[in-house]
Amino acid sequence: MIKFKQISKIYSSDCRALEDINLIINEKEFVSVAGRSGAGKSTLIRLLIREELPTQGQVFWHNHDISQIQDRDLPFWRRQIGMVFQDFQLLPYKTAYENIAFAMEVGARTNQDIERDVPQLLKLVNLSERADHFPDQLSGGEKQRVAIARALAHRPKILIADEPTGNLDGLHTWEIIRLLIKINELGTTVILATHDREIINGLERRVIILEKGRVIRDEEGGRYIL
Amino acid sequence: MLTNLMRVIKSGCLSFWRNKWLSVAAISMVSLAIFAITSLLLVNVLINSLITNLEDKIDISVYFHLDTPEEDILETRKELVKLDEVRSVEYISAKEALKRFEDKHQDNQVLMQSLKELDSNPLEAALNVKAQTASQYETIVKFFNQGKYQEIIDKINYLENKAVITRLSSITKTIRQTGLIILIILAILAVVVTFNTIRLTIYSARKEIKIMKLVGASNWFVRSPFIIEGIIYGIIAAVISLLILHPLLWYLAPKITAYLPGTDLYYFFQTNFLTLFFLQIAIGIALGTISSWVAIRRYLEV
Repeated sequence: MIKFKQISKIYSSDCRALEDINLIINEKEFVSVAGRSGAGKSTLIRLLIREELPTQGQVFWHNHDISQIQDRDLPFWRRQIGMVFQDFQLLPYKTAYENIAFAMEVGARTNQDIERDVPQLLKLVNLSERADHFPDQLSGGEKQRVAIARALAHRPKILIADEPTGNLDGLHTWEIIRLLIKINELGTTVILATHDREIINGLERRVIILEKGRVIRDEEGGRYIL
Repeated sequence: MLTNLMRVIKSGCLSFWRNKWLSVAAISMVSLAIFAITSLLLVNVLINSLITNLEDKIDISVYFHLDTPEEDILETRKELVKLDEVRSVEYISAKEALKRFEDKHQDNQVLMQSLKELDSNPLEAALNVKAQTASQYETIVKFFNQGKYQEIIDKINYLENKAVITRLSSITKTIRQTGLIILIILAILAVVVTFNTIRLTIYSARKEIKIMKLVGASNWFVRSPFIIEGIIYGIIAAVISLLILHPLLWYLAPKITAYLPGTDLYYFFQTNFLTLFFLQIAIGIALGTISSWVAIRRYLEV
């Protein structure tokens, strides 16, 4: 369970990214966070993975205050979360297989684990034949699927996808969304940040809409209405 | 732990290989730095041997009165050798001096004739003293000015040579100091350039570093492959600079010897080959490691 408690993030007096956010996200939930660019979606996510600290308030994960995590322990927290980015963030000098394996290596998993899990993950995202390709040799949709497989390598409790379809065309977009739904059904909390109206309307899950750093709507099976 | 180490080493080697051009650039800079530092070291050896050669040519001679017993002179010599400043003392007895004189002037009939007409040896016994460095003759002369030697010593040729000796000693001192300053400046230059090149390679990888951190890699895990890469740069660069240096010295050393007799850089290079090699590798590894370590620090804060 994730809980945002009276969160504010203020970069400067004229740049208030988030104000007075109170949210609870339950386990195994599929939540979409919607809003225009600059509404605060990315900041919300950066607070969750502790890339940034809130100016005010606290973020809890099962009653643990995330901002209290020591730098030394940060890698362990990051390994609880799978992250998928708009620009994929794959390591350019590693193949698809190695990108996924890397996430497991940093988690000090054994070679046997890696050799067993990576092919399975590649199969899950339907990229078994592309294992030895470098990111440059993959299409946008394929890159994003590698990124999702990598995000799942730690078997995270939460998968955060920040505009995962922002660089993709319609067909690939739904490929990715269906994959996210499948992952959610396998028992992972999914947080999807997007400004794509069609996706949100097609999902019919919980939608949180941000505007100018505030939550203006939060409803089950919601639609994207501004 | 071992698995982690193996992974880090493998990852370092892999990224070294996949970033070929960047690696080539970094290696050339590091080998240039190592080459410069080693060359400066060799120049320093050259300067030192030059100075030693020069200093070897100066000495002072202390002449004793004709009636001084040989034991006294030998006693003086014994005392003299105890001084730290003294490098060598050569005793030339009156007989020896005469023999040398005759050898030198055997073609000069007038001199030989007049020498024969004397019934005793007119030449005085002497001690030829060499100091460690040119500036120390002053001290040695002071030693002879002590009371007990005044009676037996006829003259010291220091005063005649004083001007030459002081000038030489100031020249050698200047050469040493200038050499050292140039050496330090060039070494710093080489280090700075290398550091910046390696920083550039890491700058180009800053995105990757961020990704690694976001995927949950610890600082250690992110940093180590870069340091391994730095070490590889260092080792390869050391070997390359040695490969350049060897034929270069082989070619140049005889020419240098022709100008400055008594110095043989190639010989020095051969006898100190292993020391030099390990020194170069040490410089290379230190340059690579420290540069990587420092350069990567600012990108780790994600």
